[in-house]
Amino acid sequence: MTSLSRDDVANLARLARIEMSDEELVNLSNEFTVILDAVARVQEVAGADVLPTSHPLPLRNVFRPDVVVPSLTPEEALSGAPAQEESRFRVPQILGEEA
Amino acid sequence: MIHLSAAHMAAQLSAGETTSVELTQKHLDRIASVDVDVHAFLFVNNEGALAQAAEVDAKRAAGEKLSPLAGVPLALKDVMTQKGVPTTCGSKILEGWRPPYDSTVVTNLKKNGIVILGKTNMDEFAMGSSTENSAYGPTHNPWDLSRIPGGSGGGSAAALAAFEAPLAIGTDTGGSIRQPAAVTGTVGVKPTYGGVSRFGLVAFSSSLDQAGPCARTVLDAALLHEAIAGLDPKDSTSINAPVPQVVAAARSGDVKGMKIGVVKELNGDGYQSGVRTRFEESLELLAAAGAEIVEVSAPNFEYALAAYYLIAPSECSSNLARFDAMRYGLRVGDVDGASAESVMNLTREVGFGREVKRRIILGTYALSSGYYDAYYGSAQKVRTLITQDFNNAFEKCDVMVSPTCPTTAFKIGEKSNDPIAMYLNDIATIPVNMAGIGGMSLPSGLAPEDGLPVGFQIMAPAMKDERMYLVGAALEAALLTKWGAPLLSKIPALAGK
Repeated sequence: MTSLSRDDVANLARLARIEMSDEELVNLSNEFTVILDAVARVQEVAGADVLPTSHPLPLRNVFRPDVVVPSLTPEEALSGAPAQEESRFRVPQILGEEA
Repeated sequence: MIHLSAAHMAAQLSAGETTSVELTQKHLDRIASVDVDVHAFLFVNNEGALAQAAEVDAKRAAGEKLSPLAGVPLALKDVMTQKGVPTTCGSKILEGWRPPYDSTVVTNLKKNGIVILGKTNMDEFAMGSSTENSAYGPTHNPWDLSRIPGGSGGGSAAALAAFEAPLAIGTDTGGSIRQPAAVTGTVGVKPTYGGVSRFGLVAFSSSLDQAGPCARTVLDAALLHEAIAGLDPKDSTSINAPVPQVVAAARSGDVKGMKIGVVKELNGDGYQSGVRTRFEESLELLAAAGAEIVEVSAPNFEYALAAYYLIAPSECSSNLARFDAMRYGLRVGDVDGASAESVMNLTREVGFGREVKRRIILGTYALSSGYYDAYYGSAQKVRTLITQDFNNAFEKCDVMVSPTCPTTAFKIGEKSNDPIAMYLNDIATIPVNMAGIGGMSLPSGLAPEDGLPVGFQIMAPAMKDERMYLVGAALEAALLTKWGAPLLSKIPALAGK
């Protein structure tokens, strides 16, 4: 049986960029014991000789003709922005505070 | 008028017996009257729909040649973008967002003059089987308002059953078109993967997601299927081949000499007795219509559910990374000095519901180094085995059939705290998505023990979608003869306002 501790879930939540309360972490940790048990069945069946399928269609390198077509205007692209400034997305600070 | 089929409405429109504005208004009135109880819609576009209808009427008056469904109204699942119209995917993270572009499905609907009434409720980001995971409250099954309408496309299916729309668009990643169709007594089709463009379909699991038609009759589904299908340069996974002739198949319904394979593994234990009764009866009717019933085996289907609940969460954990509070949608915690990372963390905490978080975390785990081969890698191998099972079975038959789901509609709240029990709803629908083939659900009657609708599933090889419509039309015709009236004529009347 595989299980995930509260701290394991906290680490995954950090990687997935989701803040979680202690209660949520504990609940998910409990649920995952059951869910991982159920999904681990995939390990029972396929041997090393079976190739993986990532996609139902055998497509490669699909291109459209290299022609300029209309696209969104800056106004349209910014229409859903939570914040904007000078025709750009305004985002919170990404780099550390500069002196 | 609202109880007619879409094909019948289209005939009245072209005969000049009614107008699209009148037809659209009747449906908007119906929505205003019954949707307080059903809650199929998240947004009703009164003005937009009437404007679109008036445009179709003007073209008709001017003698323009119109598409077969021109002027007929439709309900759009809220996972499809429509320019300027709120698109939430049932999530708080997209509340208030008005996309700046049309999905290709919407472009095709508009091109065909199909009138879009509004956006329908769904499990958040299409993750669920009951529509209870919508951040905007559940949809109620018009057959019994205390029960679920299926999911994730419960809103689209309920809108059809409640006569709020004669046509709807759904999307199907593991059964989200077919299972709601089954539990509401309507028709739902998941086309072959790549048959309908995914451009503008907000992605959940890109290798499984497929949009398709929902309707009250097989022919209506076929007409809508042809309207939305085809190659799209904006979707690199859309198929470059002619659209299957599904309307001709739905009009023919000739199954003489066809071999129908009953999947041994999708029946028996775990399937409600009334579901089995209706399934057996449908097989007898198809045999009487000239089809040959054979048994086929798909030994790896029993692993499909486990593989699905690794593949879909893995793809979703990656796809939903786009909801980062930077370019559109909700932003929380953007106070002076807050970092981008803390804004993302807080926004995603508030914006996503429980099931979405559960799947993102599960997918993050399944894709993490050290576990990738054991989980995601093994699941991809199971996917190969399931595809092989289908290929082997299709050597012995033209289509495969099963009940669409193991049970009829359950009560709202009954399974919401048991994710595994909820996931089991999709046990018969998931293999189709794993292999990327086509699947249809149509009503096969009511379960004697609870009087609720039961769905019959037809699966066809990739790009042989017309076979589902042949068999579906044959069964629908045989059942109609037996019942004397469509199944939905038995639905209890909604009180309305």
